[in-house]
Parts: sequence; structure tokens; C-alpha cells
Amino acid sequence: MTAFSPGVALDRPAGPRTDYLRVRAGLASWLFTLDHKRIGVMYLVGILGAFLLGGIFALLIRTELLTPARTVMSADRYNQFFTLHGAIMTFLVIIPGIPAALGNFVLPIMLGARDLAFPRINLASFYLWVLGAVLAVLAIVLGSVDTGWTFYVPYATETTMGGVIPVLLGAFVLGFSSIFTGLNFIVTIHKMRPPGMTWFRLPLFLWALYATAIIQILATPVLGITLVLLIIERVFKLGIFLPALGGDPVLYQHFFWFYSHPAVYIMILPAMGIVSELISVFSRKHIFGYTFIAFSSIAIAVFGFFVWGHHMFVSGQSTMLTTIFSLLTYSVSIPSAVKVFNWLATMYRGSIALKTPMLYALAFIFLFGIGGLTGLFLGALATDVHLTDTYFVVAHFHYVMMGSTLIAMIGGLHYWWPKMTGRMYSERAGVIAWALVFVGFNLTFFPQFIMGAHGMPRRYYNYPPEFALLHQLSTVGAYLMAVGFFLTAAYLLHALFRGARAPANPWGGATLEWRCASPPPTENFEHPPVAGDPYDYSDIEYDPQTGGYVHVPRPAPAAPAAVH
Amino acid sequence: MASSSTTAAEPHAGHPPRLAHQFDTPAQQFESVVQGMWLFLATEILLFGGLFCAYAVYRANHPEIFEYAHKYLDTFWGAVNTVILLCSSFTMAAGVWAAQRGRRVMLSVMLALTLLGGLGFLGIKYVEYKHKWEAGLLWGRHYQPLYPPGHHGEDATPHTPASPAPAPPPPAPPAVPAETPPPAAVSADAADPSWNLHAFDSGPRGLLLPGSAPPVASEPQPVRNVHIFFGIYFCMTGLHGLHVIAGLIVIGWLLVGAVAGRYSGGYFTPVEVGGLYWHLVDLIWIYLFPLLYLIH
Repeated sequence: MTAFSPGVALDRPAGPRTDYLRVRAGLASWLFTLDHKRIGVMYLVGILGAFLLGGIFALLIRTELLTPARTVMSADRYNQFFTLHGAIMTFLVIIPGIPAALGNFVLPIMLGARDLAFPRINLASFYLWVLGAVLAVLAIVLGSVDTGWTFYVPYATETTMGGVIPVLLGAFVLGFSSIFTGLNFIVTIHKMRPPGMTWFRLPLFLWALYATAIIQILATPVLGITLVLLIIERVFKLGIFLPALGGDPVLYQHFFWFYSHPAVYIMILPAMGIVSELISVFSRKHIFGYTFIAFSSIAIAVFGFFVWGHHMFVSGQSTMLTTIFSLLTYSVSIPSAVKVFNWLATMYRGSIALKTPMLYALAFIFLFGIGGLTGLFLGALATDVHLTDTYFVVAHFHYVMMGSTLIAMIGGLHYWWPKMTGRMYSERAGVIAWALVFVGFNLTFFPQFIMGAHGMPRRYYNYPPEFALLHQLSTVGAYLMAVGFFLTAAYLLHALFRGARAPANPWGGATLEWRCASPPPTENFEHPPVAGDPYDYSDIEYDPQTGGYVHVPRPAPAAPAAVH
Repeated sequence: MASSSTTAAEPHAGHPPRLAHQFDTPAQQFESVVQGMWLFLATEILLFGGLFCAYAVYRANHPEIFEYAHKYLDTFWGAVNTVILLCSSFTMAAGVWAAQRGRRVMLSVMLALTLLGGLGFLGIKYVEYKHKWEAGLLWGRHYQPLYPPGHHGEDATPHTPASPAPAPPPPAPPAVPAETPPPAAVSADAADPSWNLHAFDSGPRGLLLPGSAPPVASEPQPVRNVHIFFGIYFCMTGLHGLHVIAGLIVIGWLLVGAVAGRYSGGYFTPVEVGGLYWHLVDLIWIYLFPLLYLIH
């Protein structure tokens, strides 16, 4: 394939005080930075902080459900905690998680660009995220909120809880943060590609981010106007959604899901992009069916706009509408399955290295398989009537949102951690934490499928004693997962200060981010790199001296040090 | 291009002064900014799209509300505002033309005229809002009209909705049975304090059984839930008004830059994208005017 440009030094360590982390010191150099890498790191810190908060709420919910009656909190408190858990995890963690934190860091480097097209807008979108987070915390202080994260009317307009409007404003602001990230990504991918980086040499993670950005731009404004209307409805009693004033509460549900169903693909598509990278790199094999994976991302983005009605199968839609939405819902499974088959085909006869990121990628395929296939039960009209608003739905979307998106995000965090920090983490600790998270996750959510199929409704505070065993298994699983995540935090933080220096290319990746130093210099590349096939590993050899991989151009004789 | 290793914001040697560090050429920067603006305009259209969708749903389900209530709006002033915005769009386009050719004076004059047009639009909108406020033509429970539709408040005789219409009777529902509203159990209107309790007692029209007798009104039924029209009217025009204000701030900033000579034939990107934004604000009004004022 295309040879690398001769001027690029592959494994040249960044000199002192030239990498992006050390180029400037002091708080102001971070708060006012326009460097996409620093903004990505700030996003990462914020998002992981929100993940901790949302996770604590989740543990409190699970603790309350340990016994059939009251365990540790009142029913009102319980309602507030599951609402805040849902709102924080959705709007502050999973939606921005991969694009804004990891995507911000690697997108320009993978592209071979110096920065995103609009660095100031990028920084502004980070501060919008911060404002959204502040409003969410303010909502807790100002009397909390117990509407559920979907804010259905008329309850959301009638409840006296003081936190409703701050949370709605927060979600509105976070929407604009998401829009600006998506806008930045689309323009960057269109206009900032260096010579040689054609559309079909884009790493699949960038195709996924591109498809995500399309949804962010086209769906999020509808959420914005919906939340504004809801605030107006609550404050001024407008009458568009309120049945007491002749309004239509199901119209609100349509508006809300017109965004929030595509938002599910904002969450899952970047995760699929990460998995495409991980599977190929750790199988040391060219990705199978590149164009199919690329276009399936776009197909999911497009189909995703036409399935929102499946959230309202029991809300009194016409039979015609439910049938059409059911059929369209099934159509999304085609591009999703295309991806899964291509990942499996990539691994087939590959030389698989079971490093921590790869373990997370394999966990993704397994959990996404379960999450996706149980979605078919909910897309089918007859079974959905039985399963609506049960724990089956809870288990389904946690398998997709958490078991897939968050697991891929943690996998991507491990994969790019050496690039972001310049340090290696303990592989053994990584594998142990992965096992805890994987086992804990399945222990938490698999029993919920069984409970849901037996009729345990979601969001209930009490439950009949026959569900006690399954609820207790679920709670134990949640604690196990928490141990895994705290262990992850511990060894990553340890690596940050005590970890071994990371080589430029610790995994043998062929995408461009592995061709600049770890951590990269502020301008990413000294010379614009010439992009080749992002999944061609034939030129990449292990170098025992650096502990990483180096590029050995095929036509030229290999340097002695790089041969082993 | 070799770039500085110290900071992103530092000017590079051989870099044109208005070229941001991440771009290679001014053309790349211009194309990126324009594409970014078009994408932003797409999000703006979808933001309004939610309101247009709400309009479409209520208009399709309750055409009688829109038919009745739009007569409260003053078509004359709406048309004047349309002409004003169209003219301001023209002066904006002329301003962009002038900026591309580096004609500083013409750019400044055109931007000033655009600014005046926008301010004029807001002034007329203020007068319209004020009239509706005084006449009780508001959303929700605040809809307590003082006059029947079509009066515009010249005569101050209070309108008593229970005895319908001294002058032009409220238009009877169209003869098509599908368009007929369900039989109203009560003479629901703003004068009746309990009307909101009965607002949904007869259910949506779709629930009428196909075999049931078509509701025949011996006399014109009072139109119910007229306030929904005003709820939608204030949301749509209000959001549009906020966009006009945002556009005026942008144009004011462009005007300051134009007077200071910031723009030239080689650098006019802000004028170009500011112009795109103003055209969108204009275009949305072009749809709002017939949808709200010109209903048949």
C-alpha cells in the first residue's frame, strides 16, 4: 500500500515540554485551551465524574431494591434517584461520552489534521456541557425531580418538584453542546482531510463519528424545541401538550422520541466505530468488509430517524402506524447485524491478542448481541404489549446502552490511554477489572430479563417477594461491577503517575494516531502525514527495543533494529 | 505546513493574518466556515420544525380553530412586515456583494439599512403583540377576547362569546362531515370558568364511531380551544423574534467591523455567513406569514 511520507519520524519520543500535556502549565492553560486534545481530556474528566455520580445513584437504587419493602430510602427519594440516574447517565455520560471525549481527542489525529475546524466552538461546546452539568446538580439542590428521564406530560408539568425546570434547561443546553460537537466533526471530516486521505481511507471510527454527527445535527434541535415547549407549558400553561387545556400529551411523546430514539444511535454508533478499530488491530488482520461497515453506519443513522414510534406502541397510536413502525424497527437490525458479522469475519483466522481493549471489544459483541436480539421482542407488536414498561425493557436498554456503549467506551479508553497520557497501565489489573465488570454486568441485568418476562414493572419501589431472589442477584451484580470500575479507576490513576512510558504505537495500529508520539505534540504532526490503508498491518513490525511497533516500509530494506 | 510548537494561537510565519492555525489556505477556511454555517442553519430549521409540526398536527385535527382565530391577526401589518424583511434580505445580499468587492462604504450603508429593516420589523411586531395583550388574545387560560375576530379593537364594545357574534358570525364548520367538530356538550369558551374541565370530554374526532350519526349543528357552534392557535402563534413568532434579535446583534457587529475596515475582497467570511443567517430568519417568516395570517 501507500508508503508513509519519508519525513515522519515514527517512534521519535516527544522532547521535553513539547507534548500537548506539558507544553503549557497552569489552570488557565487548560481552561482557555483551543487544543482538541486538551478539550477532549477535560471532557473525559467531566464525563467520568458524571459517570461516578450516576453510578452512585444506580447503586442506591439497587440497594433499595435489595428487599421487597423499604430498605434504605423513602419511595419519593427512590423516584428521584432513578430519575437522576437516568438523566445524568443519558445526557451527561453516554451521549457525549465517546464523541466528545475520545472522538475529540483522536478525530483530528486519525484524520492527519492539526485540529478540528472550529476550535473555539469546540471549547464553547465543552463549557455548554459544564453548564448542563451544573444545572443538573442545581436541580438536585432545588428540590430534585421525579419525572423519569423522559419528562412525560402531564406529570412533568404538574409535579411540584422544584428541580424540573433546571433539569429541562440542562438537557436543552447539553443538546446544543452535542450539536456543536457534531457540526465541528462533519466540517472537519469534509474539509480538513490532508492529501491522500480519501473517504475510503477514513478509519471506521471516523465513519461512525460522521454518522453520529449527522444524527446530532438533525435530531437534537427537535429535542431542544420540545424541551422549550415543555418549559413554556409548565410555566405559562400553554395548552399544546396539556390535556386539561385541549392539548395532546402523546404529541409530546412523539416529539421527545423523534430525538431520543435517534439519540440511541448517537450512543451506539461511535461505540461500534471503536469496536471496528479494536477488532482489527488486536486480530492483526485487515478489517473484513470495510465499505459494508462504513455504509452500515450511515444506514443506521438514516433508519434511526424512522422508528421513534415504537416507544408508543401502547400509547394509542393507530394500528397502521404501529405496524409500520414495527417493520421499520426491524430494518435497523440489518445494518447492525452486518457489522457484527463483519467483526466476526475479521477475527476469523486472525492472530488475536487478548489485551484489555480487545476483551472489552469481545464483551461488546457478546452483550450487544443479547441487547440487540432482545430488542426484536420489543419491536414485535404482540410481545411488546406484554413487555412494555417491565424490567425486560430495562434489561434490554442497559445491555445496549451500558453493555455496549459504555463497555466500548471503556475499551477505547484503554486503547487510547497510552496515546492520551503517554503511560501504560497494568495489563493484569486491566484483565481482572474487565472480568469483574463483565460478570457483574451480566449478573445485574440478566435476571432483569427474567423478572420482566414474569411481569415485574419497571420503576416500582416495592415488589412481590417471589421476585426477591432475582432482585438480590441483580443488586450483587451491581456491587461487583462497581468494584470493577473502582479498580479500573485505581490502576489508570496509578498508571498516570507511575506507569511505564508508552511507545508511540503500543498495539500495532495502522491508523494515523499511532504515527505521532505518545503523548502527541500540540500540532499532532510535524509534516502532514500521507494516509494509507488504515487496516494494512503488513508493514508494521514489533520492535523489542521500544516495546512498541514500528513501521517498516516494504519496498525499502528494513532497518536492523526493527527486525526480529 | 510547519507550525509553531509552542501554542496553537501563535501566528505562524508565512501565515495570512486572518487564517486560523488549523487551516492550510484561506479558501479551505472559507469553505469550512460556510459549510459550518449551512449545517447550523439546518439545525435552526429543525428547531423550528418542531413548531411547524405542532402547527400541522393541530391544523389537521382542528381546522376550525385556525379558521376562526386567524381573523384576529392583522393581515395588513403582517404583509408590511413581510415586505420589510424581504427588502432587508435584499440589502443584506447587496452588502455581501459589496464586501466581496471590498466596497467599504456600500457595505456599511447596506448593513445599516438591513439593521433598520430588522428594527422596523420588531417595532411592528411589538405593536401587534401589544394589541393582542390588551385584547386578551393570549394562550391557555389567558385567552379572554374582548372583541370578535376581525375587529382589531377599533370599537371597544366587549365581546360576549356566549351569544355569538353581533357582526360577522364565526364561520360555521365546513360542510364536509369529516371536518365537522364533535358535538360540543357545553358552550365552551373563555367566559365560562369551568370550560377547561369539559375541554376533552368528547374525545378526539377519530373516536367517533363510523356508524354514529354525524353531528349536526342547528346553529353555529362556538369554536373551542381557540387559545391553542394563540399558543402556537406566540411560540412561533416569539422564537422567530428571538432569531431576529440575534440576527440584529450579528449585523450590528458586522457593521462595526465594516466601518472599521475589517473586511476586504480577500476576507469577507463573517459578512457571508452573517448574511446566510439573516436570509434564514427572513425565510422562516416567509413561511410563518401565510401559515398564521392567510388561512382559508
